[in-house]
Amino acid sequence: MNENLQTWVRSGKPWIWLNAGMASAAIIMVVGLLLYIAVRGLSHFWPDPVVRFEYAEADGKLSKVLGEIVETETLSAARLRAIGMTPPPGETRVQRVLIKTANRDLTGADFQWFLRHNVRNEEHPEGVLELEREEWGNFIGFPLALKENGKVVERGSALKSGLAARLQRRAAIKAEIRDIEKDRIGAVNHRLEQMRRQERKAEAGGMLDAEARAAFDEERKSLDRQYAALTGQLGKFYADIRRDSLLMKTVDGTEVDIPFEKIVRAYEPNAMGPFDRLVFFFGKFREFVADDPREANTEGGIHPAIFGTVLMVIIMAVMVTPFGVMAAVYLSEYAKQGPLTRMIRIAVNNLAGVPSVVYGVFGLGFFVYFLGGSIDELFYPEALPAPTFGTPGLLWSSLTLALLTVPVVIVATEESLSRIPKTIREGSLALGATKAETLWRTVLPMATPGMMTGVILAIARAAGEVAPLMLVGVVKLAPSLPLDGNAPFLHLDRKFMHLGFHIYDVGFQSPNVEAARPLVYATAFLLVLVIVVLNLTAIRIRNRLREKYNAAES
Amino acid sequence: MTTTADDAEVLARLDARVVSRRRLWREIRDRGFRYTMWIGGIAVIAAIALIFFYLLYVVFPLFRPARVEAVTSYPLPGGSTPTVLLTTEEYGEIGVRMLADGRVVFFDTATGRVTGEEKPEVLDSSPITAFGAGRQNQGLAAYGLADGRALVLKPSFTVSYPRDRRRIAAGLTYPAGEEAVVVDPDGRPLTILAVQGGDSKTTILAKTADQRLVMARVSRQAPTLDFGDGERTVKTENFTLPIETAHVERLLLDASQSHLVAVNGDGSLDYYDIRKPGDAVLVDHAAAVPPGAHVTDIRWLAGGISLLVADTRGVVTQWFPVRDVNNEYTLARVREYRMGNRPVTAIVPEFYRKGIGALDASGGFGLYHTTAEREIARQEVTDKPLRAAVISPRADRMFIEDAGGTLHYWRLHNEHPEISWHSLWGKVWYESRRQPEYIWQSSAANSDFEPKFSLTPLSVGTLKAAFYAMLFAVPLGIMSAIYTAYFMNSRMREVVKPAIELMGALPTVILGFLAGLWLAPLVESDLVSVLLYFLLVPSAVLLAAWGWSRMPEGVRHRVPDGYEALLLIPVILLASAVVMLTGPGIEDAIFGGDAPQWVTRHLGLRYDQRNSLVVGIAMGFAVVPIIFSISEDAIIGVPKHLTIGSLALGATPWQTLTRVVLLTASPGIFSAVMIGLGRAVGETMIVLMATGNTPVMDFNIFEGFRALSANTAVEMPESEVDSTHYRILFLASLILFLFTFLFNTIAEIVRHRLRAKYSHL
Repeated sequence: MNENLQTWVRSGKPWIWLNAGMASAAIIMVVGLLLYIAVRGLSHFWPDPVVRFEYAEADGKLSKVLGEIVETETLSAARLRAIGMTPPPGETRVQRVLIKTANRDLTGADFQWFLRHNVRNEEHPEGVLELEREEWGNFIGFPLALKENGKVVERGSALKSGLAARLQRRAAIKAEIRDIEKDRIGAVNHRLEQMRRQERKAEAGGMLDAEARAAFDEERKSLDRQYAALTGQLGKFYADIRRDSLLMKTVDGTEVDIPFEKIVRAYEPNAMGPFDRLVFFFGKFREFVADDPREANTEGGIHPAIFGTVLMVIIMAVMVTPFGVMAAVYLSEYAKQGPLTRMIRIAVNNLAGVPSVVYGVFGLGFFVYFLGGSIDELFYPEALPAPTFGTPGLLWSSLTLALLTVPVVIVATEESLSRIPKTIREGSLALGATKAETLWRTVLPMATPGMMTGVILAIARAAGEVAPLMLVGVVKLAPSLPLDGNAPFLHLDRKFMHLGFHIYDVGFQSPNVEAARPLVYATAFLLVLVIVVLNLTAIRIRNRLREKYNAAES
Repeated sequence: MTTTADDAEVLARLDARVVSRRRLWREIRDRGFRYTMWIGGIAVIAAIALIFFYLLYVVFPLFRPARVEAVTSYPLPGGSTPTVLLTTEEYGEIGVRMLADGRVVFFDTATGRVTGEEKPEVLDSSPITAFGAGRQNQGLAAYGLADGRALVLKPSFTVSYPRDRRRIAAGLTYPAGEEAVVVDPDGRPLTILAVQGGDSKTTILAKTADQRLVMARVSRQAPTLDFGDGERTVKTENFTLPIETAHVERLLLDASQSHLVAVNGDGSLDYYDIRKPGDAVLVDHAAAVPPGAHVTDIRWLAGGISLLVADTRGVVTQWFPVRDVNNEYTLARVREYRMGNRPVTAIVPEFYRKGIGALDASGGFGLYHTTAEREIARQEVTDKPLRAAVISPRADRMFIEDAGGTLHYWRLHNEHPEISWHSLWGKVWYESRRQPEYIWQSSAANSDFEPKFSLTPLSVGTLKAAFYAMLFAVPLGIMSAIYTAYFMNSRMREVVKPAIELMGALPTVILGFLAGLWLAPLVESDLVSVLLYFLLVPSAVLLAAWGWSRMPEGVRHRVPDGYEALLLIPVILLASAVVMLTGPGIEDAIFGGDAPQWVTRHLGLRYDQRNSLVVGIAMGFAVVPIIFSISEDAIIGVPKHLTIGSLALGATPWQTLTRVVLLTASPGIFSAVMIGLGRAVGETMIVLMATGNTPVMDFNIFEGFRALSANTAVEMPESEVDSTHYRILFLASLILFLFTFLFNTIAEIVRHRLRAKYSHL
């Protein structure tokens, strides 16, 4: 039966459809957002082809351009003029492309816009080589020769295999240098600093007699010797790594000598087959997850940020789980049920809605300045006025986030406690078990999945929070990880890096936002992945739990 | 009967002693468990409560009234000769009296014991005829002599810490040289004197006995290549200013030594520009006091921008030069403080803050703060007129001299005078501004800066963010909740609900980053499309629905009820594509190819790339899941027999929805909106990343804002512990806390009631 428009409108169906439309819009928003982040995030690891074209400048001259196409957009002529580019006459809509030309050390910028209209003879040249460098971003050009100690050793076709071998050699030496610089020299410095503090402490306590002083001097001398030996080794490695260089030619013919020391990776984007690309993709992904950042965080990996986030969340979970469960057990099993408990319950529930930045402010004022300041005065007077715990750090971040997420754990645990059928409790009590035994042996084990849900949700929330951490402990670049080989191994007083803050900092505070953008998308993807997985796990546990109890009750 | 070993064991277990021991042990464990839970539970609850009380504890000193208390009083150190300048050093431990007879007396402020006395020899060479003082925090003063010369001097203090105890040594220095400076080359007595000094030059201005206005400028130039021991070159220039001085009673030089204020006998002020002393220009003339009253003191407020004028009516007025639209300066009378009806005898500006003290002729003093526009304290000291006073640089001590020859030492507890209800929320006329305004500007490079702590623009920013976010999120959240709960097929619902809730778990830093780096440029370049989108996509949905209802039944029945949303996904995607493609054409045709510029030019609205529209959409992403989830729960919780009854009575599904379901679930939906609002108000990262963070006072959708939360996140790490700024940021946090707590509590209570209602139905 077909209706006419009037009855259709009167039946309320349009409204139903409109509601349906909103629901689909919400679905599109969720799926679209996740897809967009995934695509943009993963494309960071995929090698883009390099194009070469001739570009007609405003004065009619042709210049050569070589680079990766980053994006293409269409603009109105008016807007183009407002940006300061001259649109081709007679056109209202103009297409322009953003090219990553790289070679920032030569041209001063690695990204440039070009009007599609003026692009001539676009092609994908075969022999183009892209280098990832430790500084100045990428280099795109054509390889000419390999040099050893400034002398050309290989040219032409042999160059390719020689390049790979020399890159491997470079990586091996680099690993040695890293080992010495980061770990061994770091350990010596750590011991020196520890000694300085011990000495000051002894001095303040009046315990620094001639004998103790001599012992300190003795050890300091031995450390100095170690240090000198290490720097000597380091010098040798540096001399080694500087042996090779690669002679490259840019698109306009300039020849540039690039030392291998600075080359992280070399690849031929246009000559790669699908398999090569896949290998490259996973190689980049491994670097992203496992390496340290380079170039003010805009290149390289985010390993310290992943590490910091995970460590902070673990410490937080260790604190929040027992206390959250205790509070929930107290509230639902021991506290007298009355208006006061109800009020506390509402208050706890509401705390989950209090802005996270408020927790940050509290953490800074109370934990860092008040508690940390007191700890410093009591236990680390020898280090003052340099603060040890009286400054933002890992411990305070974990504590602040534990406070922020404890309502989540309490609410989830209470809910799962209340779902446990009364019969089970009563059965246990009737058999003569004490209340503690009933709780410990029957109720809590049954409630474990619920608690797990709470803890997982708490972890997911903590992993994504940034605002409070900005106040109580994250930094854009931590000199060392909070967990290392120097006693006491776990350094709760250190500042750390965090995925979420990394996104904010690199995306908004970095000097070269355009260059950093792919990395930010990749970081965002990783963070979203972690949080989606955590949440889905929590949802799955909750659903399974619900089914179980529904079965138990019936 | 024999017993086996096993039986013996069983019996032994049942032995009363063993059993009771076991029981005791179990009881101990039971108690231990209970107390552990008690302690743990109460500790967590206490920790949570601590947040609120700690915030309150930090904020509280802002609103604690100032206290003043008398410490001691003693006879004037160095005799009862009137003081012309009373000052003290940083800690307020050593006081300095400059006397009318040229003696300078240093004394211990705790006991009144004289620790030193100096009289520069030059002052013996000719009678002292005038005295002038520079800005309070520089401690500069000058004695004018009868032979037309003047001596500029300044007490100096050196602090040392022998054996960890503070020792302060005091002495005199001569910034313009130990010899007196010739101010009047004609050698006439100087009757009124003004002095002001800086790092490299000192200006002395004087009225002579023959009614001329003369000026001497002493510049000290370090040699171009100064290796520390190079002799500075001293240069003195003399000027005669073309200013009529017959009625001038007081002179005052400003901090930059480029402007002069002269007070006339009739109580009017003349404000001169003396950058070219030979052709001094009168900038403004203003009547400072009404006829009949008399100016009793005029001083600079700390910072050297505002003038304070005291008079015989007991009123202190604040003035500063304001630049008008034509770039011309006028002296504006900004505000006044009333000291009762007793004449004010002296004004005592603080060294570094915008606070002042005022003394009166019958032994009382009052403390005021200019920015806060309030009286901080008022105290009777004695029954004799008060003559001079100084507030120590740290503003914790005050020394007052009365005409009876006694010095009173008072302690001040006045850490946050700049805060009042008015200065936090009202319009304040800040120094050098044209009119009273709401401004948040917490810090600046120089120390003369007047901190501007108006929370109004920040609160407006927060509300603006919440408003636009709710505008986007409320319809989307509630309508999709209605559909999901009431119409959607349950199998689809099982996927859709967790999916949307998952969006609520996304870190806001990611939403903020996408909003700032992707959405904001997109909105700017496709503004027309984005705005069209909100209009055209719903229309497309309705059109598609109408089209669907015209479809033959065979087709319609292939899609079961409850899958409309799935059907609409391609429709919406298609409509979006159409909008994106037509937008540019419309922009070219109507808005000249550049819609943001058109907005600026034709609507007169500022357009920022990171604006409220972007924030609204991005924050919508964060708020929609909350509103959706809670409203959905409320709608699905409506007892089935109500809806079935309504449908059985012949109501259409839509009628049942609007008249039965929504009505019953409305408290739940209300609480969903409340909780969503709480989230929008406190959201930090999105606001921080997707706006320009400039404090504004309007609701222009194309402009950014600065919200309380983002402001706190940005400024907190840089604020000094326990400073006013630090406490105000805590206050901002407390406001956010209370606001969200209040809204959430209302929502929670409403939800509880609703749950109780459902269980009754």
